[in-house]
Amino acid sequence: MISRRDFLLFSSCVLASSQAAAQLPPNIAALRQAALEEAIRKVVGDAQVRPGKVKLDLPPLIDNGNTVPLSVTVDSPMTEADHVKAIHIFTEKNPQPFVISAHLGPRSGRARISTRARIADTGKVIAIAQLSDGSYWSDTVSVVVTLSACLEDGLI
Amino acid sequence: MARVVVNVPASAKRGEVIEIRTLAGHVMETGFRRTERGVLIPRDIITRFVCTYNGVEIFSAELHPAMAANPLISFTTVATESGALEFRWTGDNGYAVTESAKISVA
Repeated sequence: MISRRDFLLFSSCVLASSQAAAQLPPNIAALRQAALEEAIRKVVGDAQVRPGKVKLDLPPLIDNGNTVPLSVTVDSPMTEADHVKAIHIFTEKNPQPFVISAHLGPRSGRARISTRARIADTGKVIAIAQLSDGSYWSDTVSVVVTLSACLEDGLI
Repeated sequence: MARVVVNVPASAKRGEVIEIRTLAGHVMETGFRRTERGVLIPRDIITRFVCTYNGVEIFSAELHPAMAANPLISFTTVATESGALEFRWTGDNGYAVTESAKISVA
């Protein structure tokens, strides 16, 4: 038979732990957001990133975050005067936001790359293209991940 | 051990845009995972990939832990002349693999 004292002690512990758990995610989310912004800042500097021209293609619902096929296509003639210099891919929820930085040139013919990424959790995936005129364009896709990559480390 | 696969068309017309697919067999250990005893598994990934066409660099990439295991990279290039494409992957713990493919351009 559980005493009144034990019950109160137990329930307060449960309440305290659930509150602690509730406080954790916003902190991590804020850290992740800061890390993402810093990573993008590192690539683009002070330049403005505008949405458009870039098409990021990946499945909106991901069963297995360990291998997510994705492709990026940029609307560009790929000539000497006007071409895509680099394509960068970032994720919002990974411990490190960088996925890949690919460097292209007029000899690429088409501005299109595809690869496979690990995505830790439901969130945004961002592709940023750097054009030869120095402008940056981006596309953002929100994805839902059922089985996340790096699940066991408790970082998410 | 270190196995890589590249897929390049054997022949192409001059000026044609060809797709090149590359795959490197590698665990791409992120450095964020732990063993069941709680010991952090050190990072072991491919960090850089470069492709040259008759000695001229046409594509390169920096890879990060968020790349899936056995990194697949697919890109395009203009078939300019017959010759050889060289692919080079380098990474942690002295990982370095090269592969080449021939293409004949008509």
